[in-house]
Amino acid sequence: MAAGKGSLRFDWLTIFFYILLVAIGWINIYSASLDENATQFFDFNQIYFKQFVWILLSVLIIVFILALESKFYERFSSVIYLVSLASLLGLFLFGKTISGATSWYAIGPASLQPSEFAKAATALALAKYLSDIQTDISVFKDQLRAFLIIILPALIIIPQPDPGSALVYAAFIFPLYREGLPYIYLLVGFFAAALFIATLGLGVIWVSLGIIAIAGILLFRKRKRKPNIFKFVFLTAISLAFVFSVNYIFNNVFEQRHRDRFNIVLGKETDAKGIGYNTNQSEIAIGSGGWTGKGWTQGTQTKGKFVPEQHTDYIFSTVGEEWGFIGSIVVIILFVGLIARLLVLAERQKNQFSRIYGYSVAAILFFHFFVNIGMVTGLFPTVGIPLPFFSYGGSGLWGFTILLFIFVRLDAANSYYGN
Amino acid sequence: MRKLLLLVIVLITGVVFAGRLFYLQVYDTSFEQLSQNNAVKVLYDYPQRGYIFDRNGKLLVSNQPSYDVMVIPQEVKPLDTTEFTDLLGITKGRFDTILQKARVYSPRLPSVVIPQLTKSEYAFLSEKMYKYDGFYIQKRSLRDYQVDHSANVLGYIAEVNKRIIEDNPYYQMGELIGMQGVERQYEETLRGVKGVKYIQKDKFNRDIGPYKDGIFDTLPERGKDLRLTIDATLQRYGEQLMSKKRGGIVAIEPSSGEILALVTAPNYDPSLLVGRERSKNFTRLYYDTIARPLFDRGLQGEYPPGSPFKTLTGLIAMEEGVITENEIIRCPGAYYYGRGQRLACHHRGPSAMINGIANSCNTYFCTVYRRTIEKYATPEEGMDRWHNHLQSFGLGDYLGYDLPIGKKGLIPDGDFYDRWYPEHQWYATATISNAIGQGEILLTPIQMANFTATIANRGWYYTPHMIKGIGKKDSIPSEYTEKHVTTVSPEHFEPVVEGMHQVYTRGTASFLQIPGIDICGKTGTAENYVRIDGKRMQLTDHSIFVAFAPKDNPKIAISVFVENGYWGSRWAGRIAGLMIEKYLKGEITRKDMEEYVLNGSLEEEYAKPYSGEPFKINN
Repeated sequence: MAAGKGSLRFDWLTIFFYILLVAIGWINIYSASLDENATQFFDFNQIYFKQFVWILLSVLIIVFILALESKFYERFSSVIYLVSLASLLGLFLFGKTISGATSWYAIGPASLQPSEFAKAATALALAKYLSDIQTDISVFKDQLRAFLIIILPALIIIPQPDPGSALVYAAFIFPLYREGLPYIYLLVGFFAAALFIATLGLGVIWVSLGIIAIAGILLFRKRKRKPNIFKFVFLTAISLAFVFSVNYIFNNVFEQRHRDRFNIVLGKETDAKGIGYNTNQSEIAIGSGGWTGKGWTQGTQTKGKFVPEQHTDYIFSTVGEEWGFIGSIVVIILFVGLIARLLVLAERQKNQFSRIYGYSVAAILFFHFFVNIGMVTGLFPTVGIPLPFFSYGGSGLWGFTILLFIFVRLDAANSYYGN
Repeated sequence: MRKLLLLVIVLITGVVFAGRLFYLQVYDTSFEQLSQNNAVKVLYDYPQRGYIFDRNGKLLVSNQPSYDVMVIPQEVKPLDTTEFTDLLGITKGRFDTILQKARVYSPRLPSVVIPQLTKSEYAFLSEKMYKYDGFYIQKRSLRDYQVDHSANVLGYIAEVNKRIIEDNPYYQMGELIGMQGVERQYEETLRGVKGVKYIQKDKFNRDIGPYKDGIFDTLPERGKDLRLTIDATLQRYGEQLMSKKRGGIVAIEPSSGEILALVTAPNYDPSLLVGRERSKNFTRLYYDTIARPLFDRGLQGEYPPGSPFKTLTGLIAMEEGVITENEIIRCPGAYYYGRGQRLACHHRGPSAMINGIANSCNTYFCTVYRRTIEKYATPEEGMDRWHNHLQSFGLGDYLGYDLPIGKKGLIPDGDFYDRWYPEHQWYATATISNAIGQGEILLTPIQMANFTATIANRGWYYTPHMIKGIGKKDSIPSEYTEKHVTTVSPEHFEPVVEGMHQVYTRGTASFLQIPGIDICGKTGTAENYVRIDGKRMQLTDHSIFVAFAPKDNPKIAISVFVENGYWGSRWAGRIAGLMIEKYLKGEITRKDMEEYVLNGSLEEEYAKPYSGEPFKINN
């Protein structure tokens, strides 16, 4: 509590985005979970009321986070990270299973999902490690350590099983890159993803032929310097091996439900009643919104509860149906605005720890936003991760609130030190 | 670059999402309909179809409830097929075919599985329906015929077919529509408007209340009752008289154009086309290509009118001024024209107009017809003038009555013969048979009744019609209250009427007189040919008669046509007389005549050409 009163300068723009997103999110949860039989607002059996309580409680959390000294987060980041890992491991002993995933601790009538908090903890630990004067991210040994910090919680989360939440840790590639990770990682990652999708979409044979053709063109192109043929052949061989292994993994390691999810997005399969039902209904809900939507609590898809998990992962389909294109665009702008604002703030930090942490926050929020909206609008396969601040769930809301407000606190300290 | 990468990706993502949302929400409009299909169920509330009454308020057609088993394919859950098909009384194969057809029509719209259950079947099934998701029983209202006649007038209703649904979005699979007769002509009046309820559904297809608080819902509008101009008693009597004969009777009230009776024979009981036996019965009627019970001879039969047409030949000749009513023309027993050409006449002696009609003198009418055509510079011109006069009697084109079927008949004009004789080398004599209603002329029985009514009115008519009142009102469409005046002046009609009167008092129908009624009529006999197995053969003449009564202030005009009935007064004349007496007096004094007609059958005559044996005609 070293900071004097009134001398902290919180970034009100970020807080403004946060308040708007949480408020709009709640309005849509209300509509998506509206029960015609509910007689009064203060009914703890109603989802929208529970979320209302979670929102009120998150105000307490915010106050608490902002009250702590900013140095606390840097100093205790390793402890927080270890506690977080322990809480994830503890699930294997004490976890409560909800819809197939052992991802919760039961605390009285409520449940806590530690993976939602682990993101913030990992971001702190990564920031701490990277900001260490002895760490050089361009060195392979340090790269390995950084990856270890990131991948450890993900490895614990995957077998819960909750692969969606684990996938989020891929977002840390962005802060790593920002801090000097060689671009080859990003390139390889992008190339691998492109080959993966191309292989599933076009088949092994066409993609292999394509790789060989491109390699040939590159090789026999006129150049001043003679290319290293050995390296070339090696890269081509690696690519081909990757393509074949993707094909093998997809057909032999993936389960049918995973295959279905990809096939539906790639347009190879349409199954509006079975596995494609979620996406199809979600698209119908959003698509039927038109320019201005059907009006709050007037969505027929929403009222009929046609979209599964509409108040959680598919909450954006309610926005699309009831508020139309205009409302959807407003939400998109709020998210893009918030993330962009965080990136600008991160770059402004004088303290390296704060910068890396802020960058991680932006990357995590972006990853959620990107995968969730992509899924709900039918652009990506179904991956069950929530839309930050919007989706129903106390743990999720608090996890994102903590993640964001630690940075708000760090940023305030930064401004303080700067003046 | 490192600082900007994520920011750029974020912004690009925002733009891509905006584009995707624009595509889904604004560009592609199909989702709106999809969400409707998903979430809104449409329920119809069918109103009662209007009743049909005769001119005296006698109920002809009312309604009876009927129950259809319906299916909405997408809501069907796995079921015990054997048990269900046993309940429905159909085979598994048939059930699968029906279901497949329904699915092809639409997975979400209802289709009929079993139409028109009996009451006991309904009671039995309705208790068990809850077990079969996607199937339900739809109540409809079917016609309940109070009479066993007038099928050709009333028409019938039937399930709409795919073509009707495509043309008219009001109708949905399984709904009923008037297919023939007044049921079709006045479909929208009788049917009313069905009510619609939109129900919000959830994803389990459970109703969760009215859609948008019911602002789009409508109430059903009851169909209006119809009052016809038909006299049920007369109609029924006409059908009895025509039993075992083929032909038609059309009776019109001259002063109003109201159709009192429209009989075609053979006919069928309208109740045959109701209920589950409907399609079997319909097929039987439809494929009877010899007796053709679905063919309305009164409206669709085109026949040479024969001698009754002479009245029109006479009227036109007087109007054209080529003869006066008193000029006498001598008949040597035949009409001679051209090189040795003759047209025989069954009497000889001098005749003026009245006598010519009373004796049906061929020579007289051939003479005045030839004068009419030859009055003009070219035969084409004369023929056109003659054609225009006849057109003013409503001949040679659709009359415009309010039933959905009909034929134009044929009244040739100059062009017609120019096409026949491309060198234009033809003269009045080539068409001389027209004078006596043979030749190229074809009329339908209703056209004959209409020109008879026009003569009865001395020169004008109202378009014949079936409609007397809609609902409680007496107002009828304006086209039936518009007087059509012929091109022939009223004074020329008197001698023709007198001639027709003398047909009864001393002419070809003198033995048909009915005590106490002044009838004017005209007999007709028309030669006819038929082609069977490619061989043209002559059949027994058609028996034709037109009449109206009383002579002054006529109440009924009638045309009777009996196929292969031989000479005019033999069948048609008797039937016309009986119909007139029945209508004017309500009872029959000429019991002898009635007995002759009711017991008489022409079925032997109709079987002749199909027997394969040589046969005699006109005996």
